Amino acid sequence: MSELTRISLAEARDLLGKKELSSKELTEAHAAAVEAARPLNAFITETPDRALAMAEASDARRARGEAGLLEGIPLAIKDLFCTEGVLTTAGSHILDGFQPTYESTVTANLWREGAVLLGKTNLDEFAMGSSNMTSHYGGAENPWRRSDSNAKLVPGGSSGGSAAAVAARCALGATGTDTGGSIRQPASFSGIVGLKPTYGRCSRWGIVAFASSLDQAGPMTRTVRDAAIMLRAMAGHDPKDSTSVDRSVPDYEAALTGDVKGLRIGVPKEYRVDGMPAEIEAIWQQGIDWLTAAGAEVREVSLPHTKYALPTYYIIAPAEASSNLARYDGVRYGLREAGDAPLVEMYEATRAAGFGEEVKRRLLIGTYVLSAGYYDAYYNKARQVRSLIARDFAEAYNHVDLLLTPTAPSAAFAMGEKMDDPVAMYLNDVFTVPASLAGLPGISVPAGLSADGLPLGLQLVGRAFDEETVLRAGGVLEAAAAFDAMPAFVAA
Amino acid sequence: MAIDKATVYGIARLARIRIDEAQAQSLVGELGNILDWVEQLGEVDTEGVQPMTSVVEMRLPLREDAVTDGGKPDDIVKNAPEAAHGFFVVPKVVE
Repeated sequence: MSELTRISLAEARDLLGKKELSSKELTEAHAAAVEAARPLNAFITETPDRALAMAEASDARRARGEAGLLEGIPLAIKDLFCTEGVLTTAGSHILDGFQPTYESTVTANLWREGAVLLGKTNLDEFAMGSSNMTSHYGGAENPWRRSDSNAKLVPGGSSGGSAAAVAARCALGATGTDTGGSIRQPASFSGIVGLKPTYGRCSRWGIVAFASSLDQAGPMTRTVRDAAIMLRAMAGHDPKDSTSVDRSVPDYEAALTGDVKGLRIGVPKEYRVDGMPAEIEAIWQQGIDWLTAAGAEVREVSLPHTKYALPTYYIIAPAEASSNLARYDGVRYGLREAGDAPLVEMYEATRAAGFGEEVKRRLLIGTYVLSAGYYDAYYNKARQVRSLIARDFAEAYNHVDLLLTPTAPSAAFAMGEKMDDPVAMYLNDVFTVPASLAGLPGISVPAGLSADGLPLGLQLVGRAFDEETVLRAGGVLEAAAAFDAMPAFVAA
Repeated sequence: MAIDKATVYGIARLARIRIDEAQAQSLVGELGNILDWVEQLGEVDTEGVQPMTSVVEMRLPLREDAVTDGGKPDDIVKNAPEAAHGFFVVPKVVE
């Protein structure tokens, strides 16, 4: 076991800054941890050689007195971010062998700030899933186990490989992407912090697109401070993404004052869904009590259209996906099947072989709701309801500064569960999807353990571009929860 | 809404995804369940509500109409399953 993989990103940064540690030492320890954690299947591609070269270059920069915000810090990258010259799969068979000739803006920002690439993490195929089980490479496994069972559990999804890697101490932090909960739900399942920034805060350029009006990149780390540090490096305006917002990036770490006195926290009554497990209800109440004890004013608010968020999402996201994924046709990259057949047959054979069942289901739903005669009934209706959902949040923020909810309706479930009922799987995102539809920033912070010893997260949702308040209150929750439980599997 | 097998085949053709008889049969149920579930949106009164076009209140930026990238044909075709002379190769489409 290496102590160097147990420290936080902030602690590593400080040790590197004081030259008590080199990036080479830190990176070697983490590359060894990545290798030791192979049973988790958290990585699709490991890049130890590149990591070492990047670490040595980082140490050389530091010796010259140049140091970025993440100088020398080894990170894992969700395999949805294009990385120049490194296999990028999106967890799909259809991108077999794809080596981008360009770098995504978010990862380029991380390397500019001195970070080191450990490898590319596993995910649900094209980020469509809440379990990691739809990955062509097999699902990543959660390093946590129930206290009374050895059943293998999912790390959540879609950024499940990133969550597993950070929880198992393979990486100091990882990137995720969140379309309907794909950062926050796996963070909750894996006992780590996951932050989905405001839509437009991080550039989407070079991230394999799923649903472009919802997709947003964010950090997954073991502490709130680490998330603040990473987000500052990831965020920023990018002319290559026309929806990226031209606003200055604050020093998010400076927002962590630990003070929430007078902050108004809303508890949306519609989130008390029927059949909510008692332990989810209890951890939510615990969060209310912690914030109240810290001086915040907690009050009930109403988000009347909450129950329509999931069906809205499952029209809009598949519709956008059916358009975005039209590009996988066997011509420009990846898999080609039936290359000698006529063109349309080649397309159909390639897409039949290249996409998994869940992706096909969503592409077919998306194609249907956009097709002639159904566009108004489904797609336009969903966009209208989306406006109402966003309006609910705007109205609530007239009265409160933040919302507090559970992150997910359960703790991690076993690999293979919920696979035969797509709608049951979709319900995982019941608490995360509304904020996605409204484009708002949300964080999941580990708050405690379930009766059978699994992590449970609490979610804070803030106003657009108010990640600072989200992080500040997240820090207070984190301090109150003092979550220090360790998963069953930790990379040696 | 119930959908039938012919509709499933029609959608699959539009989506350019080949499906076989067994898949079409199971998709009738799966897609039908999902569509039944999303149809609860019909309950919501959306009279006069603008469909959301952008979740962030911003105007799409304008930029100068200028070439900012290019001159890299090798990069463009580098990942092609089949390429020749800087072109993507596709099956014959004209008899």
